[in-house]
Amino acid sequence: MDSINELLAKAVRRHLPGATGIADLRRLSGGASQETWSFDACFDDRRTPLILRRDPKRLRRGRTTALSIEIEGKTLKAAARAGVPVPAILGMLDDADDLGDALIMQRLEGETIARKLLRDDEYAQARRVMAGQCGETLAKIHATDVSDVPELVVSPALTELARYHDTYRRHNHPHPVFDLAFRWLREHAPETPARPTLVHGDFRNGNLMFGPEGLRAVLDWELCHLGDPMEDLGWLCTCSWRFGNHAMPVGGFGQYDDLFAGYERASGRAVDPERVRFWVILGSLKWGVMCCGMADTFESGNDRTIERAMVGRRASENEIDLLRHLLAI
Amino acid sequence: MQSRPDLVGMVDGVLGFMRSDALKNPGPHAMHHARISINALELIKRELQLGPAADQEEHARLRALLGTDGSLEDLNRLLCARIENGEIGLESDALRAHLWQTTMSRIAIDQPSYAGYRLAQEEGMPARSG
Repeated sequence: MDSINELLAKAVRRHLPGATGIADLRRLSGGASQETWSFDACFDDRRTPLILRRDPKRLRRGRTTALSIEIEGKTLKAAARAGVPVPAILGMLDDADDLGDALIMQRLEGETIARKLLRDDEYAQARRVMAGQCGETLAKIHATDVSDVPELVVSPALTELARYHDTYRRHNHPHPVFDLAFRWLREHAPETPARPTLVHGDFRNGNLMFGPEGLRAVLDWELCHLGDPMEDLGWLCTCSWRFGNHAMPVGGFGQYDDLFAGYERASGRAVDPERVRFWVILGSLKWGVMCCGMADTFESGNDRTIERAMVGRRASENEIDLLRHLLAI
Repeated sequence: MQSRPDLVGMVDGVLGFMRSDALKNPGPHAMHHARISINALELIKRELQLGPAADQEEHARLRALLGTDGSLEDLNRLLCARIENGEIGLESDALRAHLWQTTMSRIAIDQPSYAGYRLAQEEGMPARSG
C-alpha cells in the first residue's frame, strides 16, 4: 500500500499540473489484471476526486478478450468525443511511473448498484427515463469514430459464439442445455454487419452510473470490440440483468419499446427485434458459461471464497432462462 | 447432473469463511460473507434433501432417451455430443421434457427464489410455437 501511495503521488504530480500529492487512497475492487483505486489529487486550494485503473502485471496486453489499459483509454476518449457520458481520462501513466499499465480518470458521483436503482424511491424519476437514455447512449456509442483505435478487433456473432464454446469446452462439464443453445444460436446467427460498429461489450446494470435524474456515465470499457451493435441492446436485456424484475425486460427498469425508440431517435436507424432477441439468448448462454468459469476458479483453488462458489451455482439460472426462450421457439 | 462446485466444495467454502474472516476479521466484509454462507448452507440442505431423488429421476430419463446405460455423467456427456452433432434437438418432445424437468429440479436446489424459476413454475413448460 505504501509503495502504491508514493508512486501514485509521484505520478499525479507528473501528470496533473499543480497537483501537490494525493489523499484517501483506497482499493475499490481488484482482480489479477484489473485493480480500481479511489483517491483525491490535492492541489493548493482544492482536491479533485479521481480513480486509478491499473493492470499491475500488464496481463491484459496479451489477451484477445479484455483490452489493454492503453487501448481502453483511447476508446474512452473516442467515445467522449462522440458525446457518450464517460469519466474524463486525465492521465495515461507510462513506464516512468512504475505502476504497470494504468490510467487516471475522473471519479464521478452516482449509483451503480442495481437493487438500489430498481427499488429505491430516490430513483423513481430516473426509472421512467432510463431505458430511453440507454437507447440514445448506445446509439452514440455505435456512432463513435474509432479511426484512432485501429487495435480494436471485429468480433461478430459467430466469433463470440466460438469463443464462449471454447471456454465451455475447457470447463469440461456437460450441460446439455448449453449444447442445445450453442447449436440453435449457430444456426440462427445474424450476418456480420457490413459496417461493424464500436460495441461496448458489457453495457448493463453495474457498469452504468445513474443519479436521481437519470444516466450519468457508462463505465468499464475493457470488453469493447467492433461488431453487431444489437449485441449491446441484447446484453442489456439479458434475463440475469433484470434482477428479478421480468416485467421490465430492459435491465429490470424499462420496456423494449422505450429502449428501441431512444435508439432509433438518436441513430436514425431501425432496431431489428429478432436480432436483439438473438443477443438476449446469447447473453444467457454467455453468463451461464461464465458461472461455470466461477466454479472452475473455485475448484482450482485460485479463489476458495464461498461467494465465488455461489456464483458457480448460478449456472442453472441461465439454463432455465435459455429453456424458456428456446422451447417457445 | 452433479452441479459444480459439488457438496464437498460448497461445505469447504463455508468452512473457509468460518475459519478465516468470521473469526479473524469481523466487520462489514465478514457480515456480507456470513449472509452468503447462510445461503450456501440453505443450498446444501436443499441438495441433501432433493438431490438424490432428482439424480435418480434424471438418470432414468437419460437411459430411456438415449437407449443405453452408463453413469449419470457419462450419459450427460453422450447427450451433449448427440445434441452437438444434430442427432437430437428441439424437435424431440422427449428431449424438451427431459431438459425442462432436469433444469427445474436443479434450480429448485440452487436458487429457488430466482424470478425466472418462479415464472417457469407459473407458466409451465413453453408450448412449441411452430
